Amino acid sequence: MFSSFLIKYGEIGVKGKNRYLFENALMQQIKYALKRCEGSFNVHKAEGRIYVDALGDYDYDETVANLQCVFGITGICPVEMLDVCNPESLKKAVVDYIGRNHDTKDHTFKIHARRAHKNYPLDSMELNALIGEAVLDEYEGLKVDVHDPDYLITVEIREKIYLYSTVIAGPGGMPVGTNGKAMLLLSGGIDSPVAGYMISKRGVKIDAVYFHAPPYTSERAKQKVIDLAKQVAKYSGPIYLHIVNFTDIQLAIYEKCPHDELTIIMRRYMMKIAETIAKETECLGLITGESIGQVASQTMASLACTNEVCTLPVFRPCIGMDKQEIVNISEKIGTYETSILPFEDCCTIFVAKHPVTKPSLEVIKRHEKHLDDCIDEMFKEALDTRETLVVTSE
Amino acid sequence: MEVYLDNSATTKVFSEVANMVQKVMLEDYGNPSSMHNKGLQAENYIKEAKDIISKNLKCQPKEILFTSGGTESDNLALIGTAMANKRSGNHIITTSIEHPAIIETCEHLRDLGFEITYLPVDNNGRIRLEDLEKAIKKETILVSVMHTNNEIGALEPIEEAGALIKKINPSIVFHVDAVQGYGKFRIMPKKMNIDLLSVSGHKIHGPKGIGFLYINEKIKIHPIIFGGGQQKGMRSGTENVPAIAGMGKAVELIYKDLDKHIDELYELKDFFIKSLSEIEGLTINGLTGRDSAPHVVSVSVDGIRAEVLLHALEDKGIYVSSGSACASNKPAISSTLKAIGVKKELLDSTIRFSFSVFTTKEELEYTVEALKELLPMLRKYTRH
Repeated sequence: MFSSFLIKYGEIGVKGKNRYLFENALMQQIKYALKRCEGSFNVHKAEGRIYVDALGDYDYDETVANLQCVFGITGICPVEMLDVCNPESLKKAVVDYIGRNHDTKDHTFKIHARRAHKNYPLDSMELNALIGEAVLDEYEGLKVDVHDPDYLITVEIREKIYLYSTVIAGPGGMPVGTNGKAMLLLSGGIDSPVAGYMISKRGVKIDAVYFHAPPYTSERAKQKVIDLAKQVAKYSGPIYLHIVNFTDIQLAIYEKCPHDELTIIMRRYMMKIAETIAKETECLGLITGESIGQVASQTMASLACTNEVCTLPVFRPCIGMDKQEIVNISEKIGTYETSILPFEDCCTIFVAKHPVTKPSLEVIKRHEKHLDDCIDEMFKEALDTRETLVVTSE
Repeated sequence: MEVYLDNSATTKVFSEVANMVQKVMLEDYGNPSSMHNKGLQAENYIKEAKDIISKNLKCQPKEILFTSGGTESDNLALIGTAMANKRSGNHIITTSIEHPAIIETCEHLRDLGFEITYLPVDNNGRIRLEDLEKAIKKETILVSVMHTNNEIGALEPIEEAGALIKKINPSIVFHVDAVQGYGKFRIMPKKMNIDLLSVSGHKIHGPKGIGFLYINEKIKIHPIIFGGGQQKGMRSGTENVPAIAGMGKAVELIYKDLDKHIDELYELKDFFIKSLSEIEGLTINGLTGRDSAPHVVSVSVDGIRAEVLLHALEDKGIYVSSGSACASNKPAISSTLKAIGVKKELLDSTIRFSFSVFTTKEELEYTVEALKELLPMLRKYTRH
C-alpha cells in the first residue's frame, strides 16, 4: 500500500540560490491541490526532495490525479514506507513489493539502494547485491540490467525505508506564483481557458476578465465562464475573476461605427479595459486565446489593430496552434465540455455577416472618433461597476 | 417587482402543499410497505391522495398510479401499452406537436419495430379528425394526443377523438397527455373514452418529481420499472409519500374553485392580448379566448430574438420562456411552432407567457409597460 509520494521536479532544480523559493511555491501549490482530495496529508521537504505523506486513509487515484494538476511536478513516485529493519527483513520486503507491483515474467530490473543514514549495517553496494540476489532467486522471469532496466527499484534508507519504482508523469512547467501575474481575457469559448492554462504552466499566476452583455448574454453564460475559471483554477490556483458589463459600449459601437468593424473596435475596448484592470492589480501582461487566422478578428491585420491599444505585453500561447490542437488540450484539462455549451457570448451577438479581415488601423481610429462624446464615461462606468469574484477549484 | 409568467414550465407550490409535504417528511415518514403502524400512516396518505384524484376524475382509486411526473407517465403509457399489445398490432398514432416525452418515446418504439404516424395540425395547432380517421388501420393499437399544447395553448378535440377511435375499434388504447390541461379543465376519462391520462404535480402548484397515470382497469399495460412490487407491481419503488400527499392537496385546492379561477385566467388572458395588440410587430400564435388554454399566450416578436427579449424582461423581474421552456438546455427550434406554420424568421423570435392562479392584472400591466419600453430599444440593435 502506497502511503507517500515522492515529488520529482525539473527546472526548479537548476534555479541556484532561488531554489528554495521555487520549492516553497511548489509545496504551496501541492497543498492547494490536495485540498480537493479526501484524507489529510503532510507535505514536507527532506534532504532536498518533496514528499507527500498520506496521514491515514486516502483515495490513491484521486490524489494522483490532483497532483498531476500541479505545475512544476515532472514525476510522481508512489512510495511504500517501512520501518527501518534488518537487511534480511528488508530483502523480503522488496521481493514482496516487486511481486505485488510488477509483472515478473520476462522483464529486467535494477536495485538502487541509497543510505541517507550511514549507520545502516550494509552500504549501498552491499544492499544492491543482497536484494538483487534475493529477487533473482524468487522470480525466474526477472533478469538484472544495470543500464536500462524495465524496473528501477529504489530503496532509500532514511528515518524510514522508502520503496518506489514507478514514476507517473506530472504536468511539468514551473510552480504557479514564481513568475508574476497576468490578466486572462476569458470568454466562454474553447481557446481562452487553454491560453490561461498554458501561461499558468510557466509559473504565472492568473487573474481573469470576462465581458458580459445583458440582456444579450444570459446569466447562464456568465455561470459557464465561472465554471471554466473554476476548472482552470485547478491548475493555476485561485483566480480573481472580474466581470465587466460591456452592453453599453457594445451598443454605442454598434450605433456609431461601421458594422463590419464592430468586432475589431469592440476587441480594442476589451483589451483597453483588461489592461486598465491589469495595471490596477499588478499584472505584468495580458493573455488571450487568439490563434492566427482562426476568425476575422484574428487575422494578422486584426491582431495588429487590437494589439495597438496595449502597452503591456500580450501573451497568446495558442497563436500557432490549429483548432484541433487547442481542442485536444482543452479536453485534457477538462474545459472542453463546458466550453461547448451553447450560450451566446458577447463576441458573437452583433457580429457582422462579412466583418473586415484586413482592417486599417488608421480607418479604425477615425471611426472610433465617433465614440468620443460618450466613450470615456462608459469606459469608467464599465470599470466602476465591475463585479469581482474569487474563483477557486474547491 | 417579480412577475412569474412561466407557469407552463413550473408553478409555485401552494403553501398548504408545502406544509403537507413537510409534515409527512418530518412526522409521518414511514414506508407504506412497512407492517407497523408508521407504515400504515404513510399508506393512508397515499389512499387519501388517490381518493381526491379519483373523485376528481370520476374513476376508481385503483386506476391511479403514482409516477415521478409527466415524463414517466408518458413513457409508461406508451411503452407499457405497446409491449402489452404488440400481438394485436404495431401501429401507434400521435401528433406532430407533442411534448418530447411523447415524441422521443415514440422514436424509441420506432427503433423497436413499431410504426409511428404523426398527425399534422392546422395553423392553430389542432389535429383534424378526418386525418385521425384516415390514419387508423387494423394494426393500430394506440393513439396518443395531448390535451393542451404546452407552447401555444392549443386545445385538442379530445372528446371527439376518443369517440371516433372507439367507434372504429374499441380495443385501440387512447392516451392523453394532460400535463398542461389538468388543473385547468375538468377531465373525465370514462366519459371521454380516455384509457390513459398523464398528469404532473408541479404544473398545478404541487411538488416536482411526482405525477400520476390514470389507467383504465380494462386495458392491458406492462410495467417499465421492476423491483419490489409496489403499486401492485405496476411501478416498483417506494412511493414518494410526501410528494403524493402534496399532489393530492394541490388537486383538491386547484379544483375547489376551478370555474372561478378559470374565468379569472381567461379574463387576464383577454386583457393581456388586448393590451399587446396596442404594440406594433407582435403576433399571437394560435386561437384566443375560450377556444384556447386559459393560461398560455404565445407571442412572436418581429425582429427581436426571443432569448434577448427574455433576458431583458428578466432584468425587470419578469420571467417568461422562449418557445418551450424545456428547450433551455438544448436550444432547438420548436417543432410546435414549425408545425403550425410560424414564419421562419419568427421561429427564433417567439416567447411564451403563462399564467397561474397567482397571476394578477397589475403584473400583466407591468409586463405590457415593460414590453412597450423594451421593444423599440431592442429593435434598434439587431443582428444583421
